[in-house]
Amino acid sequence: MHELSVVRSIIELATEAIRDANAVRAIAVRIRVGALAGVAPEALVFCYDVAARGTPLEGSHLVVEVVPVVLHCPTCDRDAVVADISRFACPACGTPTADVRSGRDLEIESVEVM
Amino acid sequence: MTPRILEVRKGILKKNDELAAGLRERFRSAGVFVVNLVSGPGAGKTLLLERTLATLMAQGFRAAAIVGDPETDNDARRLARSGAPTRQIRTHGICHLEAAMVGDHLADWELADFDFLFIENVGNLVCTTSYDLGESLRVVLLAVTEGEDKPLKYPALFNSADAAVVSKCDLAEACEFDRDAARTNLHAIRPGVPILETSGKTNAGLAEWLAFLTERRNAFLESQRVG
Repeated sequence: MHELSVVRSIIELATEAIRDANAVRAIAVRIRVGALAGVAPEALVFCYDVAARGTPLEGSHLVVEVVPVVLHCPTCDRDAVVADISRFACPACGTPTADVRSGRDLEIESVEVM
Repeated sequence: MTPRILEVRKGILKKNDELAAGLRERFRSAGVFVVNLVSGPGAGKTLLLERTLATLMAQGFRAAAIVGDPETDNDARRLARSGAPTRQIRTHGICHLEAAMVGDHLADWELADFDFLFIENVGNLVCTTSYDLGESLRVVLLAVTEGEDKPLKYPALFNSADAAVVSKCDLAEACEFDRDAARTNLHAIRPGVPILETSGKTNAGLAEWLAFLTERRNAFLESQRVG
């Protein structure tokens, strides 16, 4: 369970953004979490409310966009979204590939403020 | 006041990534090959490392180790018997190592005095995934006692590994371990990943593992010269 330390980083970065913009309070924080990031979105949301208390983010929502795994297939020479991450292979032709183009993302995208 | 959107677009683990990049640069300029060992608890990381350090030292290599655990310095004391410089990181409950912890524990070590530095991560198949420690090689262990389907259950970590070690092979028969299924699953999650099979008890496969490490270290040194 390292989600609490991930949430603390989110709060730190979002608070910086709020201060830099001279905003008063946050309504929502949007983040992108890859399917291979090793982080459980539900656990992030669970920790968030508690960790946000007493910060400019208190009362705001954490909105998580899950980023699917995209592999590059050397045979088709194309990127493809892989729904089933128990097999790293091209969904079109079946060629196994370790060339991950996205899905490790762990990024704070934006903060909606008043 | 009307609501507005502030674009941030920053990596949440940016601080760790930056520290890891700094460590990687230090390791590179010192010419030390760094291996991050990850696995679930009890997969045999410490025993593999004991054998690895002892053999490397006997072959004239200079090796050191940093080991992370939530509590105790038992593992560091075990590893120190090899004669290699060893340091324990006590994470006090934290389930993974971070680049800052590694940086703090390097302290006064003269990195150029080492050929290999091993970082034994906290036993955890999830949380260790996202934290870059500046390593050149990430090795995941899968003990035959854990079952063949661990890679399918923990795809993020197994996919992030550069090599896999199937450990405790002396127990394979007793556990009815399906070797082919394990290899198929490892390759399903990380196509082409090199797989080494070892036993810390009988030393089976140890020579191949050491040859693999030496070969990877040579490639690392070669790439420094070219770069």
